[in-house]
Amino acid sequence: MIEFIRQPWPWYVAGPLIGLTVPLLLIIGNKRLGVSSSLRHICAACAPVKIPFFQYEWKKEAWNLFFVGGIFAGGFIAATFLMNGQPMKVNPNIVSQFSAYGIHDLHSSVPSELFNWHQLLTARGLIMMVGGGFMVGFGTRYAGGCTSGHSIMGISNLQMPSLIATICFMAGGFLMSNLLLPFILKL
Amino acid sequence: MNHTPAEMETEIETNTDFEVSSLDEICINDSVLHHPWWFNLKYLFAGILFGIILVKSEVISWFRIQEMFHLASFHMYGVIGSAIVTGMISVFLIKKFNIKTIYGEKIEFHPKKLNKGQIYGGLIFGFGWALTGACPGPLFAQIGTGAFVVIVTLLSAVLGTWVFGLLREKLPR
Repeated sequence: MIEFIRQPWPWYVAGPLIGLTVPLLLIIGNKRLGVSSSLRHICAACAPVKIPFFQYEWKKEAWNLFFVGGIFAGGFIAATFLMNGQPMKVNPNIVSQFSAYGIHDLHSSVPSELFNWHQLLTARGLIMMVGGGFMVGFGTRYAGGCTSGHSIMGISNLQMPSLIATICFMAGGFLMSNLLLPFILKL
Repeated sequence: MNHTPAEMETEIETNTDFEVSSLDEICINDSVLHHPWWFNLKYLFAGILFGIILVKSEVISWFRIQEMFHLASFHMYGVIGSAIVTGMISVFLIKKFNIKTIYGEKIEFHPKKLNKGQIYGGLIFGFGWALTGACPGPLFAQIGTGAFVVIVTLLSAVLGTWVFGLLREKLPR
Protein backbone atom coordinates (compact mmCIF):
# COMPACT_ATOMS: atom_id res chain seq x y z
CA MET A 1 0.00 0.00 0.00
CA ILE A 2 2.67 2.51 1.05
CA GLU A 3 4.65 1.58 -2.06
CA PHE A 4 1.63 2.37 -4.19
CA ILE A 5 1.14 5.73 -2.47
CA ARG A 6 4.80 6.61 -2.98
CA GLN A 7 4.48 6.38 -6.74
CA PRO A 8 3.19 9.44 -8.61
CA TRP A 9 -0.61 9.30 -8.67
CA PRO A 10 -2.21 8.99 -12.11
CA TRP A 11 -4.67 11.67 -13.19
CA TYR A 12 -7.69 9.41 -12.80
CA VAL A 13 -6.88 8.98 -9.11
CA ALA A 14 -5.75 12.52 -8.29
CA GLY A 15 -8.38 14.42 -10.32
CA PRO A 16 -11.45 12.86 -8.67
CA LEU A 17 -9.82 13.28 -5.24
CA ILE A 18 -9.30 16.99 -5.94
CA GLY A 19 -12.90 17.18 -7.14
CA LEU A 20 -14.13 15.59 -3.91
CA THR A 21 -12.67 18.53 -1.99
CA VAL A 22 -15.66 20.52 -3.32
CA PRO A 23 -18.38 18.50 -1.53
CA LEU A 24 -16.10 17.95 1.47
CA LEU A 25 -15.79 21.69 2.16
CA LEU A 26 -19.47 22.30 1.44
CA ILE A 27 -20.60 19.57 3.78
CA ILE A 28 -18.23 20.24 6.68
CA GLY A 29 -19.10 23.92 6.83
CA ASN A 30 -20.76 25.46 3.76
CA LYS A 31 -17.41 26.62 2.37
CA ARG A 32 -16.72 26.96 -1.30
CA LEU A 33 -13.32 25.75 -2.47
CA GLY A 34 -11.00 28.64 -3.29
CA VAL A 35 -7.40 29.33 -2.45
CA SER A 36 -6.60 32.78 -3.85
CA SER A 37 -8.96 34.51 -1.36
CA SER A 38 -6.41 33.62 1.31
CA LEU A 39 -4.04 36.17 -0.24
CA ARG A 40 -6.71 38.82 0.22
CA HIS A 41 -7.28 37.82 3.83
CA ILE A 42 -3.55 38.13 4.46
CA CYS A 43 -3.69 41.68 3.04
CA ALA A 44 -6.76 42.48 5.14
CA ALA A 45 -5.07 41.14 8.25
CA CYS A 46 -1.62 42.68 7.74
CA ALA A 47 -1.96 45.87 5.71
CA PRO A 48 -5.56 46.96 5.14
CA VAL A 49 -4.50 50.68 5.43
CA LYS A 50 -7.54 52.55 4.14
CA ILE A 51 -8.28 50.43 1.08
CA PRO A 52 -12.02 49.60 1.00
CA PHE A 53 -11.31 46.22 -0.65
CA PHE A 54 -9.56 45.12 2.53
CA GLN A 55 -12.08 46.53 5.03
CA TYR A 56 -13.93 43.46 6.17
CA GLU A 57 -13.83 41.09 9.08
CA TRP A 58 -11.15 38.76 7.79
CA LYS A 59 -11.41 36.68 10.95
CA LYS A 60 -14.76 35.44 9.69
CA GLU A 61 -12.90 33.92 6.75
CA ALA A 62 -10.18 32.41 8.93
CA TRP A 63 -11.17 28.92 7.75
CA ASN A 64 -9.45 29.75 4.46
CA LEU A 65 -6.17 30.50 6.24
CA PHE A 66 -6.41 27.19 8.10
CA PHE A 67 -7.00 25.51 4.74
CA VAL A 68 -3.89 27.00 3.10
CA GLY A 69 -1.89 26.26 6.24
CA GLY A 70 -3.00 22.68 5.70
CA ILE A 71 -1.85 22.75 2.06
CA PHE A 72 1.60 23.83 3.27
CA ALA A 73 1.66 21.02 5.86
CA GLY A 74 0.36 18.53 3.27
CA GLY A 75 3.20 19.53 0.96
CA PHE A 76 5.68 18.87 3.75
CA ILE A 77 4.13 15.48 4.64
CA ALA A 78 4.01 14.33 1.01
CA ALA A 79 7.59 15.40 0.29
CA THR A 80 8.97 13.90 3.50
CA PHE A 81 7.15 10.59 3.74
CA LEU A 82 5.34 9.84 0.50
CA MET A 83 7.91 10.16 -2.29
CA ASN A 84 9.88 7.38 -3.96
CA GLY A 85 12.85 9.58 -4.91
CA GLN A 86 12.51 8.93 -8.63
CA PRO A 87 12.74 11.83 -11.10
CA MET A 88 9.48 12.90 -12.74
CA LYS A 89 8.66 11.34 -16.07
CA VAL A 90 8.35 14.36 -18.31
CA ASN A 91 7.79 14.36 -22.07
CA PRO A 92 11.32 14.03 -23.61
CA ASN A 93 10.67 16.90 -26.03
CA ILE A 94 9.97 19.22 -23.12
CA VAL A 95 13.01 17.95 -21.23
CA SER A 96 15.34 18.61 -24.15
CA GLN A 97 13.72 21.96 -24.92
CA PHE A 98 14.42 23.27 -21.41
CA SER A 99 17.79 21.53 -21.16
CA ALA A 100 18.93 24.01 -23.78
CA TYR A 101 18.47 26.73 -21.14
CA GLY A 102 20.32 24.75 -18.48
CA ILE A 103 17.17 23.52 -16.73
CA HIS A 104 17.43 19.82 -15.93
CA ASP A 105 16.15 19.24 -12.41
CA LEU A 106 13.27 16.74 -12.48
CA HIS A 107 13.43 15.93 -8.77
CA SER A 108 11.99 19.11 -7.30
CA SER A 109 8.55 20.68 -7.76
CA VAL A 110 10.33 23.73 -9.14
CA PRO A 111 13.60 23.25 -11.06
CA SER A 112 16.43 24.23 -8.73
CA GLU A 113 18.43 25.87 -11.54
CA LEU A 114 15.68 28.47 -11.93
CA PHE A 115 14.19 28.78 -8.47
CA ASN A 116 16.97 29.51 -6.00
CA TRP A 117 18.11 32.49 -3.90
CA HIS A 118 20.97 33.44 -6.24
CA GLN A 119 18.64 33.61 -9.23
CA LEU A 120 16.71 36.34 -7.39
CA LEU A 121 19.65 38.62 -8.20
CA THR A 122 19.28 38.01 -11.94
CA ALA A 123 16.79 39.56 -14.37
CA ARG A 124 15.51 36.09 -15.26
CA GLY A 125 14.92 35.06 -11.66
CA LEU A 126 13.33 38.39 -10.75
CA ILE A 127 10.87 38.18 -13.64
CA MET A 128 9.99 34.56 -12.98
CA MET A 129 9.69 34.55 -9.20
CA VAL A 130 8.83 38.13 -8.24
CA GLY A 131 7.08 39.14 -11.48
CA GLY A 132 5.33 35.80 -11.84
CA GLY A 133 4.16 35.83 -8.24
CA PHE A 134 2.87 39.37 -8.59
CA MET A 135 0.85 38.40 -11.67
CA VAL A 136 -0.59 35.37 -9.89
CA GLY A 137 -1.79 37.54 -6.98
CA PHE A 138 -3.00 40.47 -9.06
CA GLY A 139 -4.60 38.35 -11.79
CA THR A 140 -6.46 35.92 -9.55
CA ARG A 141 -8.02 38.70 -7.49
CA TYR A 142 -8.92 40.70 -10.62
CA ALA A 143 -10.49 37.55 -12.08
CA GLY A 144 -12.23 36.81 -8.77
CA GLY A 145 -10.67 33.38 -8.32
CA CYS A 146 -8.03 30.93 -9.46
CA THR A 147 -7.87 27.38 -10.71
CA SER A 148 -9.64 26.09 -7.59
CA GLY A 149 -12.28 28.81 -7.15
CA HIS A 150 -13.13 29.29 -10.82
CA SER A 151 -12.00 26.24 -12.78
CA ILE A 152 -13.07 23.60 -10.27
CA MET A 153 -15.66 25.14 -7.92
CA GLY A 154 -17.12 27.65 -10.40
CA ILE A 155 -17.44 25.31 -13.38
CA SER A 156 -18.78 22.56 -11.08
CA ASN A 157 -21.55 25.02 -10.24
CA LEU A 158 -22.06 25.69 -13.99
CA GLN A 159 -20.98 29.32 -13.82
CA MET A 160 -20.31 30.81 -17.26
CA PRO A 161 -18.00 33.54 -15.84
CA SER A 162 -15.83 30.79 -14.35
CA LEU A 163 -15.60 29.03 -17.70
CA ILE A 164 -14.57 32.29 -19.37
CA ALA A 165 -12.01 32.93 -16.63
CA THR A 166 -10.60 29.41 -17.11
CA ILE A 167 -10.30 29.89 -20.87
CA CYS A 168 -8.38 33.11 -20.18
CA PHE A 169 -6.10 31.38 -17.63
CA MET A 170 -5.23 28.84 -20.31
CA ALA A 171 -4.84 31.45 -23.07
CA GLY A 172 -2.48 33.50 -20.88
CA GLY A 173 -0.50 30.39 -20.00
CA PHE A 174 -0.14 29.30 -23.63
CA LEU A 175 1.02 32.77 -24.67
CA MET A 176 3.57 33.03 -21.87
CA SER A 177 4.91 29.49 -22.05
CA ASN A 178 5.28 29.36 -25.84
CA LEU A 179 5.99 32.92 -26.93
CA LEU A 180 7.50 34.89 -24.05
CA LEU A 181 9.16 32.32 -21.78
CA PRO A 182 11.90 31.43 -24.33
CA PHE A 183 13.04 35.07 -24.32
CA ILE A 184 12.90 35.34 -20.54
CA LEU A 185 14.92 32.14 -20.11
CA LYS A 186 17.67 33.55 -22.34
CA LEU A 187 18.17 36.55 -20.05
CA MET B 1 -15.97 50.68 8.21
CA ASN B 2 -15.71 48.83 11.44
CA HIS B 3 -18.91 46.93 11.91
CA THR B 4 -20.17 45.31 15.03
CA PRO B 5 -21.27 41.71 14.48
CA ALA B 6 -24.93 42.83 14.61
CA GLU B 7 -24.34 45.38 11.84
CA MET B 8 -22.53 42.81 9.74
CA GLU B 9 -25.48 40.48 9.96
CA THR B 10 -27.88 43.14 8.78
CA GLU B 11 -25.55 43.89 5.94
CA ILE B 12 -25.37 40.24 4.94
CA GLU B 13 -29.11 40.01 4.83
CA THR B 14 -29.51 43.14 2.76
CA ASN B 15 -26.54 42.62 0.47
CA THR B 16 -27.89 42.39 -3.06
CA ASP B 17 -24.84 43.76 -4.81
CA PHE B 18 -23.87 40.55 -6.50
CA GLU B 19 -21.38 42.18 -8.81
CA VAL B 20 -19.28 43.18 -5.84
CA SER B 21 -20.02 39.84 -4.26
CA SER B 22 -18.86 37.85 -7.25
CA LEU B 23 -15.62 39.80 -7.27
CA ASP B 24 -15.26 39.60 -3.56
CA GLU B 25 -16.70 36.25 -2.57
CA ILE B 26 -16.92 37.61 0.94
CA CYS B 27 -19.69 37.80 3.47
CA ILE B 28 -22.38 36.48 1.16
CA ASN B 29 -22.50 32.97 2.46
CA ASP B 30 -22.04 33.53 6.11
CA SER B 31 -23.08 30.92 8.58
CA VAL B 32 -25.17 32.27 11.43
CA LEU B 33 -23.53 29.69 13.64
CA HIS B 34 -20.70 30.86 15.82
CA HIS B 35 -18.08 28.28 16.62
CA PRO B 36 -14.93 28.49 18.70
CA TRP B 37 -11.72 28.85 16.69
CA TRP B 38 -10.73 25.19 16.90
CA PHE B 39 -13.69 24.23 14.73
CA ASN B 40 -11.46 25.59 11.96
CA LEU B 41 -9.05 22.69 12.51
CA LYS B 42 -11.23 20.59 10.23
CA TYR B 43 -10.24 22.91 7.39
CA LEU B 44 -6.61 22.41 8.35
CA PHE B 45 -7.09 18.67 7.85
CA ALA B 46 -8.95 19.23 4.59
CA GLY B 47 -6.02 21.41 3.49
CA ILE B 48 -3.50 18.72 4.44
CA LEU B 49 -5.34 16.18 2.27
CA PHE B 50 -5.59 18.70 -0.56
CA GLY B 51 -1.88 19.53 -0.28
CA ILE B 52 -0.86 15.85 -0.35
CA ILE B 53 -2.98 15.28 -3.47
CA LEU B 54 -1.48 18.35 -5.18
CA VAL B 55 2.04 17.05 -4.56
CA LYS B 56 1.37 13.39 -5.42
CA SER B 57 -0.44 14.31 -8.65
CA GLU B 58 2.55 16.51 -9.61
CA VAL B 59 0.26 19.41 -10.51
CA ILE B 60 2.57 21.65 -8.44
CA SER B 61 5.43 20.80 -10.80
CA TRP B 62 6.80 23.55 -13.00
CA PHE B 63 7.63 20.98 -15.71
CA ARG B 64 4.08 19.56 -15.70
CA ILE B 65 2.72 23.08 -16.20
CA GLN B 66 5.04 23.62 -19.17
CA GLU B 67 3.94 20.26 -20.60
CA MET B 68 0.33 21.36 -20.31
CA PHE B 69 0.93 24.66 -22.09
CA HIS B 70 2.87 22.88 -24.84
CA LEU B 71 0.13 20.24 -25.27
CA ALA B 72 2.87 17.70 -24.56
CA SER B 73 1.01 15.61 -22.00
CA PHE B 74 -2.56 14.71 -21.12
CA HIS B 75 -1.80 14.54 -17.40
CA MET B 76 -2.84 18.07 -16.32
CA TYR B 77 -5.92 18.02 -18.54
CA GLY B 78 -6.89 14.67 -17.06
CA VAL B 79 -6.45 15.93 -13.48
CA ILE B 80 -8.33 19.21 -13.96
CA GLY B 81 -10.98 17.64 -16.20
CA SER B 82 -11.79 14.75 -13.88
CA ALA B 83 -11.74 17.10 -10.87
CA ILE B 84 -14.34 19.28 -12.60
CA VAL B 85 -16.52 16.30 -13.53
CA THR B 86 -16.37 14.99 -9.95
CA GLY B 87 -17.15 18.45 -8.57
CA MET B 88 -20.01 18.89 -11.02
CA ILE B 89 -21.63 15.57 -10.07
CA SER B 90 -21.18 16.42 -6.38
CA VAL B 91 -22.79 19.85 -6.71
CA PHE B 92 -25.63 18.34 -8.76
CA LEU B 93 -26.28 15.69 -6.10
CA ILE B 94 -26.12 18.23 -3.26
CA LYS B 95 -28.70 20.39 -5.03
CA LYS B 96 -30.92 17.51 -6.12
CA PHE B 97 -31.11 15.81 -2.73
CA ASN B 98 -30.88 19.07 -0.78
CA ILE B 99 -27.98 17.70 1.23
CA LYS B 100 -27.26 19.72 4.38
CA THR B 101 -23.99 20.52 6.14
CA ILE B 102 -22.98 18.45 9.16
CA TYR B 103 -24.60 21.22 11.25
CA GLY B 104 -27.89 20.86 9.39
CA GLU B 105 -27.56 24.11 7.46
CA LYS B 106 -28.69 24.45 3.86
CA ILE B 107 -25.75 24.44 1.46
CA GLU B 108 -25.83 27.63 -0.55
CA PHE B 109 -24.49 28.53 -3.96
CA HIS B 110 -24.19 32.00 -5.40
CA PRO B 111 -24.06 33.00 -9.02
CA LYS B 112 -20.98 34.78 -10.34
CA LYS B 113 -21.51 37.79 -12.53
CA LEU B 114 -19.56 38.26 -15.72
CA ASN B 115 -17.20 41.22 -15.81
CA LYS B 116 -14.05 42.22 -17.65
CA GLY B 117 -11.97 41.13 -14.68
CA GLN B 118 -12.37 37.48 -15.60
CA ILE B 119 -10.80 38.25 -18.99
CA TYR B 120 -8.02 40.72 -18.07
CA GLY B 121 -7.33 39.19 -14.68
CA GLY B 122 -7.56 35.70 -16.15
CA LEU B 123 -4.92 36.46 -18.78
CA ILE B 124 -2.61 38.08 -16.21
CA PHE B 125 -2.94 35.08 -13.92
CA GLY B 126 -2.25 32.78 -16.89
CA PHE B 127 1.05 34.61 -17.51
CA GLY B 128 2.00 34.20 -13.87
CA TRP B 129 0.95 30.55 -13.83
CA ALA B 130 3.25 29.71 -16.76
CA LEU B 131 6.19 31.60 -15.21
CA THR B 132 5.98 30.30 -11.65
CA GLY B 133 4.52 26.89 -12.50
CA ALA B 134 2.03 27.45 -9.72
CA CYS B 135 -1.42 28.72 -8.99
CA PRO B 136 -2.06 29.95 -5.43
CA GLY B 137 -2.70 26.50 -3.90
CA PRO B 138 0.49 24.97 -5.29
CA LEU B 139 2.53 27.97 -4.05
CA PHE B 140 1.78 26.89 -0.48
CA ALA B 141 2.42 23.24 -1.32
CA GLN B 142 5.74 23.99 -3.09
CA ILE B 143 7.01 25.80 0.00
CA GLY B 144 5.93 22.79 2.05
CA THR B 145 7.97 20.46 -0.14
CA GLY B 146 11.06 22.45 0.81
CA ALA B 147 11.33 24.92 -2.08
CA PHE B 148 11.75 27.79 0.37
CA VAL B 149 12.61 30.40 -2.25
CA VAL B 150 8.96 30.17 -3.35
CA ILE B 151 8.21 32.19 -0.19
CA VAL B 152 9.40 35.16 -2.25
CA THR B 153 6.90 34.26 -4.99
CA LEU B 154 4.13 33.93 -2.42
CA LEU B 155 4.95 37.31 -0.83
CA SER B 156 4.97 38.83 -4.29
CA ALA B 157 1.53 37.30 -4.92
CA VAL B 158 0.28 38.89 -1.67
CA LEU B 159 1.71 42.20 -2.88
CA GLY B 160 -0.03 41.71 -6.25
CA THR B 161 -3.34 41.16 -4.47
CA TRP B 162 -2.72 44.27 -2.37
CA VAL B 163 -1.93 46.40 -5.41
CA PHE B 164 -5.10 45.10 -7.08
CA GLY B 165 -7.08 46.22 -4.02
CA LEU B 166 -5.43 49.63 -4.25
CA LEU B 167 -6.18 50.12 -7.97
CA ARG B 168 -9.49 48.28 -8.11
CA GLU B 169 -11.72 51.32 -8.61
CA LYS B 170 -9.57 52.53 -11.51
CA LEU B 171 -9.47 49.24 -13.42
CA PRO B 172 -11.99 48.33 -16.17
CA ARG B 173 -14.78 46.16 -14.84
